[in-house]
Amino acid sequence: MTDVTLTKKDFTSDQEVRWCPGCGDYSILSTVQSFLPTLGLPRENIVFISGIGCSSRFPYYLETFGIHSIHGRAPAIASGLAISRPDLTIFVITGDGDALSIGGNHLIHALRRNVNLKILLFNNRIYGLTKGQYSPTSETGKVTKSTPIGSLDTPFNPISLAIGAEATFVARSIDTDRKHLTEMLQAASAHKGSALIEIYQNCPIFNDDAFIAVKDGETKGATLLQLIHGVPIKSETHGVIMENGSMKVVELSLVSESELVVHNANNPDPSYAFALSRLSASELDHVPIGIFRDVARPEYSTMVNQQIADVIAKDGAGDLASLLASGDTWEVK
Amino acid sequence: MSKTVVPLHQVSIRFAGDSGDGMQLTGDRFTMDTAILGNDISTLPNFPAEIRAPQGTLLGVSSFQLHFADHHIQTPGDAPDVLVAMNPAALKANIKDLAKGATIIVDADEFITRNLTKVGYVTNPLEDGSLDGYKVHPIALTTLTVATLSELNLSRKDAERSKNMFALGLLTWMYSRPTETTEKFLTGKFAKKPDLLEANLLAFKAGWNFGETTEEFSVSYQIAPAKMPAGKYRNVSGNTALSYGLIAAAKQSGLQLFLGSYPITPASDILHELSKHKKFGVITFQAEDEIAAVGSALGAAYGGAIGVTSTSGPGLALKAEMIGLGVMLELPLIVIDVQRGGPSTGLPTKTEQADLLQAMYGRNGESPVVVIAPSTPKDCFAMAMEAVRIATTYRVPVFILSDGYIANGSEPWRIPGEGELPDLRVEFAHTEENFMPYSRDPKTLARPWAIPGTKGIEHRIGGVEKADQTGAISYDPTNHDFMVRTRAAKVAGVQVPDLEVDDATGDAQVLLLGWGSTFGPIAAAVEALRENGQKVAQAHLKYINPFPKNLGAVLDRYERVIVPEMNLGQLAMLLRAQFLKDITGYNQVRGLPFSTTEIIEATMAVLSD
Repeated sequence: MTDVTLTKKDFTSDQEVRWCPGCGDYSILSTVQSFLPTLGLPRENIVFISGIGCSSRFPYYLETFGIHSIHGRAPAIASGLAISRPDLTIFVITGDGDALSIGGNHLIHALRRNVNLKILLFNNRIYGLTKGQYSPTSETGKVTKSTPIGSLDTPFNPISLAIGAEATFVARSIDTDRKHLTEMLQAASAHKGSALIEIYQNCPIFNDDAFIAVKDGETKGATLLQLIHGVPIKSETHGVIMENGSMKVVELSLVSESELVVHNANNPDPSYAFALSRLSASELDHVPIGIFRDVARPEYSTMVNQQIADVIAKDGAGDLASLLASGDTWEVK
Repeated sequence: MSKTVVPLHQVSIRFAGDSGDGMQLTGDRFTMDTAILGNDISTLPNFPAEIRAPQGTLLGVSSFQLHFADHHIQTPGDAPDVLVAMNPAALKANIKDLAKGATIIVDADEFITRNLTKVGYVTNPLEDGSLDGYKVHPIALTTLTVATLSELNLSRKDAERSKNMFALGLLTWMYSRPTETTEKFLTGKFAKKPDLLEANLLAFKAGWNFGETTEEFSVSYQIAPAKMPAGKYRNVSGNTALSYGLIAAAKQSGLQLFLGSYPITPASDILHELSKHKKFGVITFQAEDEIAAVGSALGAAYGGAIGVTSTSGPGLALKAEMIGLGVMLELPLIVIDVQRGGPSTGLPTKTEQADLLQAMYGRNGESPVVVIAPSTPKDCFAMAMEAVRIATTYRVPVFILSDGYIANGSEPWRIPGEGELPDLRVEFAHTEENFMPYSRDPKTLARPWAIPGTKGIEHRIGGVEKADQTGAISYDPTNHDFMVRTRAAKVAGVQVPDLEVDDATGDAQVLLLGWGSTFGPIAAAVEALRENGQKVAQAHLKYINPFPKNLGAVLDRYERVIVPEMNLGQLAMLLRAQFLKDITGYNQVRGLPFSTTEIIEATMAVLSD
């Protein structure tokens, strides 16, 4: 496959893109279209599978194989495809409602099995396609069409959820930060197994500027805690230390560099990545960005197909005639 | 003492005991020993949903009925000639079903006050004369078994557990069955537990010897082999036959078999069976829920595998939306529904045919699927291959409606040679310029099966309505109307064999028309009616959507059409709607297959109407 040299244009389908003007999905699409040629894979071996929601229109705009499926079920469909076709590279495109509400069950099970799926979760903290109801990542008290005096639900933290579901690769990025998102896509693709990238994505119509704190030039430097493997975890103004067994964000001026937690994305202990994920909540004061966790565990479809190969190597390929005549038989003359 | 051997034409035996007494195993073993003698056989396992219901209660009674004969038979028999009852509960739960003058063998040790009271016997039925019309053999099965095993180093509890083998040995003697197959079976089953192997073998032999020597039994019986077409035979249940049919279809098509399933009674045995056969390249995926089970099957089908999901009614309800996506994506998908009593959780271990309309219409929108229904346990093999043929030819979801009766019931099956199996090879879409994912084969109306990995035909499909030919999203009113009608026409045009009518004299005025698992009891009833000089025709629908092309003409030929079904008239409703034909329904939803007598009586009522 080394002779495949494709460009962004090769991955752009002839379909007119139909998101609202200013939607964060545009920049994610553009970044993904630019990123795909770097995989060096033929287009026909790449499949995008989505559920329902604004983000799930994504596959139509990519010149690869693709299924725009039904609400929440993309990981299930993708799992069946991945297990029976381990030769394919499969991306799942989903949103906060699709992945964490109606499809929560499929997401957690795909992650625990470690099926070779790259799951891009566009989190805009709102239901867009159904025109503005609160989502499972909306902050408590959110006023929407379905919660006129404020929502009562406690939101999910998608990173915490994924780590709790035994995910082997979990990262966070931002729709408009092409460079960072590209890095995350590359790392996820290099990972053997399921990879979840939460992408903060702006919905200009129903939840505009929900992520302004991590985008505005004035605030983002202080807000974003950069997760870089082997490097102390810090923003421009703050850093992360361990205190009484817990992680804590402190002003850099109050501690020395040597006291900061040095990031280890390969830490086998999930409680480390989980602790990192708890540093940010709805209010986005301090937001870790980057790869929270990247650990090695056998990939599911490889194991499924290995079991079959092992049985055949040991007992030989199945013989239909002897299967049908297995057990007690008798002859009628 | 020399004993008389009496020849019989047929016998129906029911083994009954606590759900922990091993009655299913006992029945299975007797079935195998009987099959090897060449008798025709039909079986009916019947067990509670609880794994270990409270001991000694009516709720906990598990039974296995076996009918065997020197001629072709269709059902497990309406009224058993022999009941083996391991306790008072088993006697009480089954006595009403027995034939007049039936033989009853009971474990007399269990007929103590505590056990009698538990099931509401005020007096001991073995002593109060209430069983006077029957040939009762009270045998101290527990005491005899424990005494047999006294030399072994076993707890009393473990020793008692072998009493089912004592009973099996006794019946094996009584009906002149061979002992070798059960001995071989036990040797395999307890290979790693020599203590239990010895106990079971000893109990089995002791039961046989007890029959041979005791004066309790003066006669034994023989049933000659039935006349069956020449060939190699085995006994097969519906779930096993269905699993084998799918494996055979995978071989005949050259495709990989992928089963996505979530455990549910009475379909789980299909998952268990297929999980054993990895050397055929079969992938089984126990999904997180029913939706993921069918979703994974659809995903595998998209990749070019035979995607199958197996479930029962409640699971089918959950799968509905994904099957609708299968209709829209026009991919091959096999949906197996082993029906059970409903609605809701209903009767998990009991049979019913009440999912027909759910299969036909249980989705949003105009969502046509193919529906087929095997008629007997062994027919599940051929119908599984039919499902694959139709799904891969027309690229459409195909339902196989089995049910608890034929799924767990078994019968002898002549093993087909590989030359008898159909050619199921398929063709995937090839690389081409301007590939149109929703172009159609003019004959079948199938769209191309265009799998990932094929260069130059990258395309996107989805659940949103698609433009004809291109498959792009389309909200165009005319296009939607066209696509809805095209999907309907595709399913309506599926080629299925004509309906065969068995009208012995050619001038019957009443037709008995069944579908699915009711074949056995209907056929037995028709046989009996004809022996009585009645003129009745029989036909059986294995293809329900689409119906056979000649069905309308067949219905027109008869003055009265009786449709027995284990629901409140679902096939009758479809027939009335499509053919404007008056149908006489005969309906029961008791969780049990029809008895032959019931159908005879229902037919006589119409004949004399």
